[in-house]
Amino acid sequence: MLIPHPLLGPRNAQEFTYLGDAQLLRRPDPQAPDAEAAFCDYVFQRSNPAGVHQELWFHEQGDRSWLVVTRNTVTHEILGAELACDVAKREGAQ
Amino acid sequence: MTFSGFKVIKEALTGHKGWGPLWRTPEPKAQYDVVIVGGGGHGLATAYYLAKVYGVTNVAVLEKGWIGSGNVGRNTTIIRSNYLLPGNQPFYEFSMKLWENLEQDTNFNSMVSQRGIINLFHSDGQRDAYRRRGNAMMLSGAGARLLSQADLRERAPFLNFDNARFPIKGGLMQERAGTARHDGVAWGYARGADMRGVDIIQNCEVTGFRMDAGRVTGVETTRGVIGAGKVGVAVAGNSGRVMAMAGRRLPIESQVLQAFVSEGLKPVIPGVITFGAGHFYISQSDKGGLVFGGDLDGYNSYAQRGGLPVVEDVLEGGMALMPMLGRARLLRNWGGIVDMSMDGSPIIDRTDIGDLYFNGAWNYGGFKATPASGYAFAHLLARDEPHETARAFRFDRFARGYVIDEKGVGAQPNLH
Ligand SMILES: Cc1cc2nc3c(=O)[nH]c(=O)nc-3n(C[C@H](O)[C@H](O)[C@H](O)COP(=O)(O)OP(=O)(O)OC[C@H]3O[C@@H](n4cnc5c(N)ncnc54)[C@H](O)[C@@H]3O)c2cc1C
Repeated sequence: MLIPHPLLGPRNAQEFTYLGDAQLLRRPDPQAPDAEAAFCDYVFQRSNPAGVHQELWFHEQGDRSWLVVTRNTVTHEILGAELACDVAKREGAQ
Repeated sequence: MTFSGFKVIKEALTGHKGWGPLWRTPEPKAQYDVVIVGGGGHGLATAYYLAKVYGVTNVAVLEKGWIGSGNVGRNTTIIRSNYLLPGNQPFYEFSMKLWENLEQDTNFNSMVSQRGIINLFHSDGQRDAYRRRGNAMMLSGAGARLLSQADLRERAPFLNFDNARFPIKGGLMQERAGTARHDGVAWGYARGADMRGVDIIQNCEVTGFRMDAGRVTGVETTRGVIGAGKVGVAVAGNSGRVMAMAGRRLPIESQVLQAFVSEGLKPVIPGVITFGAGHFYISQSDKGGLVFGGDLDGYNSYAQRGGLPVVEDVLEGGMALMPMLGRARLLRNWGGIVDMSMDGSPIIDRTDIGDLYFNGAWNYGGFKATPASGYAFAHLLARDEPHETARAFRFDRFARGYVIDEKGVGAQPNLH
């Protein structure tokens, strides 16, 4: 698989390590009244879809940036990649 | 039809004309007491023990393809009970005891072969960790033996003992472990369940659940709606997909695991040998093929095929362990979708939806669990309480902080 790195262009997926579902960017509010349940969900539960999936890949043997990669889990086709910090900033701004 | 040595000889002499189908091909009925989703090893074993041990015979097993088309027909067939933690080990030892009597119990040749498993170690620290594991195994009655390097040189002289990075210092052996014929296990359970009245319905995909007031009342399928008193889901790699139809998320990621087989060779590998440090394990089938595998590809996948980087990694591991492997030709490799959980251990439990039960999270190691999983799931479905060996396999262990994490790597499925 080739991952289209937004800064470095297409890179071999072997240069990356895989963390999992990009929901891990959306850390719950620890002060919220339901924080305990929300964190349990955040840490352990996954949507695990067959189809388009947004996931975190770390460019360990490259520029050591975190990417959010959009990939189809049935065909392994990669539909796009963004810097995770850009995604987090955009979501934080909303 | 029962199998016996006499019957085999008689058929051999009369042109094999007397064999019939091993199970019926029934039309689905409108309603069953129990509907099991998934005709893999676990679904079929559940139906078998429901009928045989718990007397529940108005049961259907619904399989979207043909039985045995999932992981039960794709795995590398290793059976063992060499776990460390108290939540796991008694369950896997119960499974091993059922394996030891499986052929007599089902009257079907599942080719259970207790040829032993050896986990290699390469340092004093690793030896001590294996000694501890061996002690846990002995406490559960599974038996264990620590092999010295000299013992190993006698059993497996072809190993690369002087590997610079991972010199082989010895191994932990479970003599009662071994292999079984994967399809034979599925067929034996299917036949045994069918003989006791269970309907095995193939080419019948479950596409949704029928619910009423927080309870499940049946399933929607490609062959119409089928009503059910209780529904048990046992779909392994498809757990996320099927439970999403009931609006539930799981502590599971589906990932792909590959396996490999060489051309048929004369007997050369004694038992099963695992080289954890090099991400490689191997055994030899009765047909002579070397059967081996290694790590997960490591990302979410439903593709039932893996990538070349892992092929390279596994073959490198094999060459490092036993350089003679380079003389053999690789015949085939394939992938299966495994249901990797957040602590690497399974779930056999009720769900929060009434009459809906779940069996899954088998990771890359559910073949060995097939008998005990079926038994425990049947117990749960029939009695509505967990089997004594499966009490730890609850959904709520994550929230309660009672995860069963053999390797201690945390909620990171591709590391288990
Ligand atoms: C390459 C590989 C090697 C492995 N090696 C080993 C090993 O050496 N030892 C070991 O112990 N374990 C091993 N495993 C793991 C083991 O194979 C699995 O954990 C186990 O087979 C899973 O249980 P099962 O047999 O019920 O699954 P499956 O055989 O996958 O059964 C699930 C069934 O559900 C069906 N299904 C899915 N969705 C639906 C639906 N909507 N409606 C109806 N039916 C549906 C599928 O078609 C499938 O037949 C290995 C797995 C793989 C992939």
